[in-house]
Amino acid sequence: MHWSVLVDNAGALFAGLLITLEVSILSFVFSFAIGVVVAVLRVTPSRLLNRAGTAYVEFIRNVPLLVEIFFFYFALPSVGIRFDGFWSGVCGLSIYTGAFFAEAIRSGIFAVPSGQLEAAQASGLSYMQAMRFVVLPQAIAMTIPPIGNTTLNMIKNSSLVSTVSVADILGTANLLGGRTFAYTELLAGAALLYLVITIPAALGINFTERRLAIR
Amino acid sequence: MHRSLRPWFLVALAAMLLGTLAPARAAETTPDTIKARGVLRVGVKFDAPPFGQLDPRTNKVDGFDIDIARAVAKTILGDENKIEFVGVTSANRIPQLQNGNIDLIIATMTITQARMQQIDFSNVYYRAGQSLLVRKDSPVKSYRDLAGRSVCTITGSTPEQTIRRVAPRATVIVLESYPECFTALRGGRVDAETTDNVLLFGLQQQDPANFKLTGGLFTFEPYGIGIAKGNRALAAAVNTTLTHIAGDGSYAKMHAKWLKESPPGDWRSWFAESPEKAAEQFATQFPSPSPAPAATR
Repeated sequence: MHWSVLVDNAGALFAGLLITLEVSILSFVFSFAIGVVVAVLRVTPSRLLNRAGTAYVEFIRNVPLLVEIFFFYFALPSVGIRFDGFWSGVCGLSIYTGAFFAEAIRSGIFAVPSGQLEAAQASGLSYMQAMRFVVLPQAIAMTIPPIGNTTLNMIKNSSLVSTVSVADILGTANLLGGRTFAYTELLAGAALLYLVITIPAALGINFTERRLAIR
Repeated sequence: MHRSLRPWFLVALAAMLLGTLAPARAAETTPDTIKARGVLRVGVKFDAPPFGQLDPRTNKVDGFDIDIARAVAKTILGDENKIEFVGVTSANRIPQLQNGNIDLIIATMTITQARMQQIDFSNVYYRAGQSLLVRKDSPVKSYRDLAGRSVCTITGSTPEQTIRRVAPRATVIVLESYPECFTALRGGRVDAETTDNVLLFGLQQQDPANFKLTGGLFTFEPYGIGIAKGNRALAAAVNTTLTHIAGDGSYAKMHAKWLKESPPGDWRSWFAESPEKAAEQFATQFPSPSPAPAATR
């Protein structure tokens, strides 16, 4: 065992950690926005919008994430659209995770008694205002556990960006493995670095859940 | 009672996890144990025409390396079909040999000193050289023109380390397979693809009207067959096979079949070249170590 390989390459591995964080944070922001919009589409009174939301969710969540990332990286250039590996990864992760967020938030919206939406509208709020200020805050607060699960999965799924030339944690470990052959040590190190991100994220999710539960 | 068990449970779990991290010592595989098993397991490329390619319609692999592997199976088992092909990548082939998943690596592998610290090699069975594949109208004529341009290669390969050395100002895109790089090149995502000339040739053949090899050969890459460290009996069987196919004309036939030309005039001297000598020659091409992978996004 050559554990010193982790110390010798600490700089490169740390840079990989930052890139994994960058991909994860950007993808979280975009996918959460997609999730909220699609969840609302699925519960609006318009049948056309419902169908659009359902089509998005069923189409996107039933295709492997790797295929979606490859679509952005390898297929889109043939129609003249070029994202680099980083943005192909962020786009793939965002649309994919967005479908799961949409389902989680939609279940939360259904859990808010329908009387609240009616009461909010009766008191003069528009449908969108009632959604935004009355229903969604409660729906999201109630669905922190599934949102948290999906977020943790997204962070781990971000390792797939290493297949499109992004030197994230796993990509850096692979590149260093090609030079040092210490794959076992590097993969163990990569696992630890993912834990450095996911454990605090899990604790943060638990904290948020407790805080939002006290109302 | 229940609670007091938990720390022990965690300790046991941690021990199990650590156990999986300990290096798996593969039992020595000799020609005799392979005979007893009745099948030779060879790690080959499934995605590197014309050396190793899998046809998904028939689920059969063929190529130059595949024919070499069949010759080795014939020497050891007397039957060139008693062979199991395992798909490997440049990044995972050495770990797969070390953990005993495969008996041999015959996968366009360059003999280097770094690799020789991990595994043993046969004598040289092919000599490739690194080159560039570009679009026909590309201004790139040499690796020197890559500064400020992007070039695609694959992870865990010698060309990946070499290109960072010779073209430090190029953007190096690292994908998993040569066809993926070719897709990136076709999509205009990268300006060039680099690896060994023969592999680029295999890709270029798919679209000869639009792509060409350029830049000549800026390295030489002596290919060897990978064998677990210290496994002298198996190495001897492999080297016997190489001598045999060089002598009976079958090597020249394989060369002509897969590379569409006869081997160059000095090809017999390759087979006499020991791996130590080949690795030393490879190392003298580039005295300085390859720069670490840049922290590119």
